[in-house]
Amino acid sequence: MIGLQPYLLVSAILFFIGVAGVLTRKNIFIIFMCIELMLNAVNLTFVSFSRFLGHLNGQAIVFLIIAVAAAEAAIGLSIVILMFKNKESLSVDDFNTMKG
Amino acid sequence: MIDSSLLPLIPLFPLLGAIVSGFYSLSKNNSEEGPNKSLISFISCSAPILSFILSFMFFLGLTDNKERFFSFNAFEWINSGSLNINAEFYLDPLSSMMTLVITFIGSLIHIYSTGYMQKDRGFARYFSYLNLFTFSMLILVLGKNLPIMFLGWEGVGLCSYLLIGFWFTDKEKAIAGNKAFITNRIGDFGLLMGTFMLFWGLQKYTPNSLDFMVIRDNLKYLDPTTITAITMLLFVGCMGKSAQIPLHVWLPDAMSGPTPVSALIHAATMVTAGIYLIVRMNFLYSLAPATLSFILLIGVLTAFFAATVAITQSDIKKVLAYSTVSQLGFMFIAVGSGAYVAASFHLFTHAFFKALLFLGSGSVIHAMSEEQNIWKMGGLFSKMKITGSTFAIGTLAICGIPPFAGFFSKDEILWKLWETGNTVAYAIALITAGITSFYMARLFFLTFWGEKIRHDDLHVVEHVHESPLVMTLPLIILAIGSTVVGFLGIPHSSMFEEWLNPVLMGTSEVAKNIHHENANDSMEYILMGLSVLVALIGIGFAYVLYVKDKSGNMLKKVTGKVLFNISNNKWFFDEVNDKIIIKPLVKTSDYFLFRFVEKNIIDGFVNGVSSVYTAMSYGFRDISSGKVSNYAYFMIIGLIVMFSYAILKP
Repeated sequence: MIGLQPYLLVSAILFFIGVAGVLTRKNIFIIFMCIELMLNAVNLTFVSFSRFLGHLNGQAIVFLIIAVAAAEAAIGLSIVILMFKNKESLSVDDFNTMKG
Repeated sequence: MIDSSLLPLIPLFPLLGAIVSGFYSLSKNNSEEGPNKSLISFISCSAPILSFILSFMFFLGLTDNKERFFSFNAFEWINSGSLNINAEFYLDPLSSMMTLVITFIGSLIHIYSTGYMQKDRGFARYFSYLNLFTFSMLILVLGKNLPIMFLGWEGVGLCSYLLIGFWFTDKEKAIAGNKAFITNRIGDFGLLMGTFMLFWGLQKYTPNSLDFMVIRDNLKYLDPTTITAITMLLFVGCMGKSAQIPLHVWLPDAMSGPTPVSALIHAATMVTAGIYLIVRMNFLYSLAPATLSFILLIGVLTAFFAATVAITQSDIKKVLAYSTVSQLGFMFIAVGSGAYVAASFHLFTHAFFKALLFLGSGSVIHAMSEEQNIWKMGGLFSKMKITGSTFAIGTLAICGIPPFAGFFSKDEILWKLWETGNTVAYAIALITAGITSFYMARLFFLTFWGEKIRHDDLHVVEHVHESPLVMTLPLIILAIGSTVVGFLGIPHSSMFEEWLNPVLMGTSEVAKNIHHENANDSMEYILMGLSVLVALIGIGFAYVLYVKDKSGNMLKKVTGKVLFNISNNKWFFDEVNDKIIIKPLVKTSDYFLFRFVEKNIIDGFVNGVSSVYTAMSYGFRDISSGKVSNYAYFMIIGLIVMFSYAILKP
């Protein structure tokens, strides 16, 4: 029987890979995928705790997150398409009109 | 028996009329065909007529009302700390007299205006203002406390401004409107200060410290110095509204409005608001002999000054304007000598004959194609019989020839002056009365007498015609009024005095204490004869100078050039004001306030604040790089810091 800790460790590793991706990559698609990775890392944590504590709340929340992620993917991808139409580029450095 | 809850209806009718024709004017502003004149005439004339009918019913109700007043509280207006002000209406013999004058003469002038303004584009706008004025004036006289009265006081000032500058595309007329408004504002400042002082003096004793009747019942709490200060300040307001020296300068310029407006606002009603206020507060003024002497002084000065100016003016309306200033001076003379009834009576009769004279001059101006110079008129009587004869009646009334109305009221004032021992003032007032009949006779002779019209444009001369019935009918009614109303105030059996007695309750004892050293019946008849004689002499002089002598500049020869110029230039009041008040004010505003205070101090402060923030933001500005990854980086650092704190916290 594997304990809780390895699951949490994998989840944390996945999460920080996502964070690193968001921070370092310039391509908006990669950033988007990294965000999905972070979300799923969190899902993994929820499921692990749910199993460990014998309580179904965690799994319920995971279903919620999956639904939200699906919606977010739909909206996010359409934004990406519009941004590309606008600037013919996918690099986040080209979208800096908020510069102070 | 009429119910007092109907009181608010009296001002409500004109207000509704104003709203209807105002919105109508706005909606039709840009349309080609212009307003529907008969509809507007009907609505706006019926408003004051309905008010008049109602006022008359209240007048009848007042005669068999034991309390001698109606009072109706519409709603509570302001209630704050030790101040409580109700929107309360009050009708006593004085306000009843005022409402009758306002609505009766107002109705006639509304009817007259439908003829006079027939060709004007701003027909609906004009009637909207005129109705609004009637509303404000009725609020002024029906208000039970000073703030409600002040509402009307400001309302009439506003309407006066709007109507003086009615033809605002003419810059001179727009400026005349501004002048009236600003001069009145100086007076209003005094009025407000007086109101504040009253509140300050009485607030400890009553929450309704601005209610006229409450003030009357609480006079014992005010010390004489405060009363003098309050009455002085209130009188400043009256000086502004009723055009007394030195705040009279606006009234002659106010003549640039349409002539019916001059008749209603700047002769018959609004300018008498000052007299009304003092008579309304007679109980207060009777306790301030110093103020009364001051009022007497100002009244005498104004009456004399305005009469001397009127002699040489060549604009028909300017002559009448100065004559109004002079007659208002007479009313203040009466008030100043404690003769409140005589002042009200002169106010009453003056409203009739001065409205008549102004409407008559409007009829003349209308006939002469907007020409106002009396030197270009003459011989109009044969072409304008009704206007001419009614104007003659008005002239005789203002000159004080019996049995016309002016004789009774003016003589009452002169007699009161003599009776109270103000002999010097009496002498000046008598001379002024002589001058009055001189310039009024001059006006009449130059306008109506003679064989031919002196105008050089033959088209104008041929065009001269009698005005339509809507204009002559009010003239006839007012002429009848100017003839008969004087009999209401026959000395010793004056119905007018009896009517106003309840208003002077509480004052009468004080008034009786004024020394009647010169009271003497036979003397009264001698003086009566004397004032008629003086009036006849004045008319005679005018006849000699302007009918016998054809050149028209005899007056200059008689008086000498210097005196003539002083009079012709209105004693240089406008020039002096311009030099010592307006110019320095403009200079200070420009050089000190604008160029120094505004540009350096205020702008410097505002710009300084923004540059401080610019300097402070210098180091942080680069953080907003506009790159999403940078923002995310800061976010994550922040999160890490927060979480580390939460975890590592003991």
